[in-house]
Amino acid sequence: MSLRRLWSSVVPLGIAAAIVLLVAAAARSPVHPVPPAPAPDQLAEAEAVVAQVNALLQQQWTDYGVTPAEPADELQILRRLALSLHGSIPSLEEIRRFEADDQPQRLERWTIQMVRDRRFADYFAARLARSFIGAEGGQFIIFRRDRFTNWLADQIQSGRPFDDVVREMISQEGLWTGVPATNYITQAVADGNLDQNKLAGRTVRAFLGQRIDCAQCHDHPFADWKQAQFEGLAACFGEVRITGTGVDDSPGRTFKVEDRMTLEEREVAPNVPFGKPWWPASGSYRERLATWVTHPENRRFERAITNRVWGLVYGRAWITPVDDLPNPSEPGEPTDLLDLLGKDFREHDYDLRRLVYLATACETFRISSTHAAYETGDRIGDVEESLAAFPLVRLRPEQMIGAMCQSASIKTIDQNSHLLTRFLRFVREQDFIKEYGDLGEAELEERSGTIPQALLRMNGRFANEVSNAGPVSASGRISAMAPTNEAAIETAFLCCLTRRPTAEESTFFLADLSGDEPRGRAQVMEDIFWTLFNSPEFSWNH
Amino acid sequence: MLPSTLHRRDLLRFAAGLGLSFAVPGLDLRAANRRGPERPKSFILLWMNGGPSQLETWDPHPGTTIGGPTQAIQTTIPDCQISSEYPLLAEQLHRVSVIRSLTSKEGDHERGTYAVRTGYRPDPTTIHPALGAIAVHELPDSAVEIPQFVSLGDPGFPSRGGYLGDRFDPYRIFNPGESGQNITPNVDDERQQRRLAALRVTSQAFRRGRTQRVENTLHQHNLDAALKMMTSDQLKAFSIKDEAAEVKQAYGDTPFGKGCLVARRLVEQGVRAIEVAQTGFDTHADNFTGHTLRAKIMDPAIATLLTELEERDLLASTVVLVIGEFGRSPAINPLEGRDHWPTGFSCLVGGGGLQAGQVIGATDPEGKEKTPTDPIEIPDLYATIMQTMGIDYARELITPIGRPLKLSTGTPIERLLG
Repeated sequence: MSLRRLWSSVVPLGIAAAIVLLVAAAARSPVHPVPPAPAPDQLAEAEAVVAQVNALLQQQWTDYGVTPAEPADELQILRRLALSLHGSIPSLEEIRRFEADDQPQRLERWTIQMVRDRRFADYFAARLARSFIGAEGGQFIIFRRDRFTNWLADQIQSGRPFDDVVREMISQEGLWTGVPATNYITQAVADGNLDQNKLAGRTVRAFLGQRIDCAQCHDHPFADWKQAQFEGLAACFGEVRITGTGVDDSPGRTFKVEDRMTLEEREVAPNVPFGKPWWPASGSYRERLATWVTHPENRRFERAITNRVWGLVYGRAWITPVDDLPNPSEPGEPTDLLDLLGKDFREHDYDLRRLVYLATACETFRISSTHAAYETGDRIGDVEESLAAFPLVRLRPEQMIGAMCQSASIKTIDQNSHLLTRFLRFVREQDFIKEYGDLGEAELEERSGTIPQALLRMNGRFANEVSNAGPVSASGRISAMAPTNEAAIETAFLCCLTRRPTAEESTFFLADLSGDEPRGRAQVMEDIFWTLFNSPEFSWNH
Repeated sequence: MLPSTLHRRDLLRFAAGLGLSFAVPGLDLRAANRRGPERPKSFILLWMNGGPSQLETWDPHPGTTIGGPTQAIQTTIPDCQISSEYPLLAEQLHRVSVIRSLTSKEGDHERGTYAVRTGYRPDPTTIHPALGAIAVHELPDSAVEIPQFVSLGDPGFPSRGGYLGDRFDPYRIFNPGESGQNITPNVDDERQQRRLAALRVTSQAFRRGRTQRVENTLHQHNLDAALKMMTSDQLKAFSIKDEAAEVKQAYGDTPFGKGCLVARRLVEQGVRAIEVAQTGFDTHADNFTGHTLRAKIMDPAIATLLTELEERDLLASTVVLVIGEFGRSPAINPLEGRDHWPTGFSCLVGGGGLQAGQVIGATDPEGKEKTPTDPIEIPDLYATIMQTMGIDYARELITPIGRPLKLSTGTPIERLLG
């Protein structure tokens, strides 16, 4: 009897386990994607733009009277690429492949591979979503952040022109689950009411790089924004109706605002503050707004996206705040970096991945983060402002935990990783960010670290779990497999800092492993991982 | 074109904000040793997460159609009754005042929380600091080695330092009463010392060629401050191990009760701002059972906290505010629940020199009139608290994007100021 009961409990468990294993195996792609090399003319054309940007940077360095830093080590550039494009650091597996690659144009080919990797689409979608739909939880049921972010990642991965993606966000009709772009609209629902003002402010900030939110209540104090202009933009969302079948436009619906002074309601017609010829004669008001926002002559669009992408790549936007740009230059006036890269973005079908590639191919991405000014502090501000050295920027929370999780695994954690590995990474990321502090929407603002963060890095369970020398963790495997103590130390440094240890660092840890009273290798490995997680080098992109 | 790097002045400002107090000679007159109204003011926020029903807490209307089964009990404030689920607090209510006419424009949990914690409506271009962060920013104290803004329990959406900087974010403790969060090293002391020695070696390697720039990151300062805190004697305030059994029992053996006891201990150390949170007030269904269960937790904790602060002569220097993100609807829905209601909700506020025993505003016992009498907006409440704490609530700070913002846009409530 008891045997039967045992049996009846084991069988379902066994079936469940088998399903989990099969699904996990099926979810893995059997081949690691190796994209084809770029066509030669493609790269040549890109090189021409990069040369223009480099000339602009050179001019800037001359104007500031500073000398640019020395070229950076390529392995360090690989680390920057991984942090900027994947929100993580290179795995040991990737470092070994990179070092073994002796073909020409190694960095160029690797960058292209990295922007085509699904990790890029996922990571950039999550970052861009914060500026498109904010970081708030939103209205229950009708707002689905996960659907929106996955959809955005699919669009990036498929290489769809970005103006087209933006038009869909602004103008699409449908249900928030099946047509995820509509979450752009439902983000602005609070307490069951659609806030057209929020959408107007959001649209102009995210896609045109202008903060006109304050014009909701009064004329902008120093820019040329009038309250009436804001109301005209908000009225573009006046036809929107949200029902059980989704978001749609109901022609004829009017948009009313309450006058702050008289408290009377008055009707406002859709209107745009500039570029009237770009406003199409037909279509729903949202469709017309979408066309107007992404019109090829509306250079604010290309400049806004370029500035944000630059910010995500460098940790700091070219112009800050990231969403408050000066007006585009008039003909005859000098062009700036946003004009240069923005023009290329427009002329290449608003190809987001190409834009990211170009931003990382500039000289300033490839120079060192050491500089005489950084050493002495003399003219440190000029060097930072002119990007004469790679800027030192604190890792954002998601980069921090991404880097920690990756360093604890010899193999790359990506879409080909086992489902359980990815699940663990996901859970750790959520928990860590909750405790480390989520930066919310303003993630490109300059921030200082905090004492609780230092405590979390030192004594928190994440550092402990990730450095623990278990059977599958990097520290455990290195201590079990490395042929020599020197090799073990070197591998641990590569896993965490993407570089080899200095002579002093080797000597220090070798003393633990082979001195008069050697300690166990596993324990020393744990100590190395702990040390490197807490080092400034780990938590600052350099 | 790009933001300039940290300059010396910023560094000093940062250092002050970071609580690098150990760099400053210790003051003789520690806040911990002082009592009475002359003591620097502290602020305790008791957060009822989810939106507590005013009708089941401080504004009952028994015997009406909206009142539900909740009964009222006479308190030590004349003619003031609260829910009969709070008998202990009813005996201590004369130590605080009751506001029954709070209004806010935000009926969503996240937005409502933001509005009530900061006194500002959510704004996509700025994050406003919570009142606790403002208090720490405006009233720095160099003698306190532990964080000056502490959050205990699960506050739902955490308070932020906002435009004041992340260093004004609260130090969060998820399990109150045991010890600080992430305070104890994971390895024995010998190994810890070896790790720290190794950290000095690798930090040195990173500094090469960028010594000053790395110095400006303040990474080392934060680390040193964290290490200093890990060995600080003041850390004992986080643990209730040494408290007498009857004291612990009086607060209640619950996370919230322990949190309130820790809050009292932190105030004694001179900690500026403390939040203690209790979840579970979002009673869309079964509102009455939900509130009865929470009341059993809240009642002893709040009553004991007020009593103990008074006994220790700390209430005169400690503002206590009991509030949630909004109230709940007068109408009872078919699931015996109440829904969100940002107009006409209640709070308790007192201590820190505020007038006690006041009852401000009233809601319609029939639930027909949406607007309460004598409506009070959150900014007014915050201007009042700042005023009594000695903070110039009308002071404008320039946010990082160059926009001047007042600490509070409200006007102090005269009846609450002494």
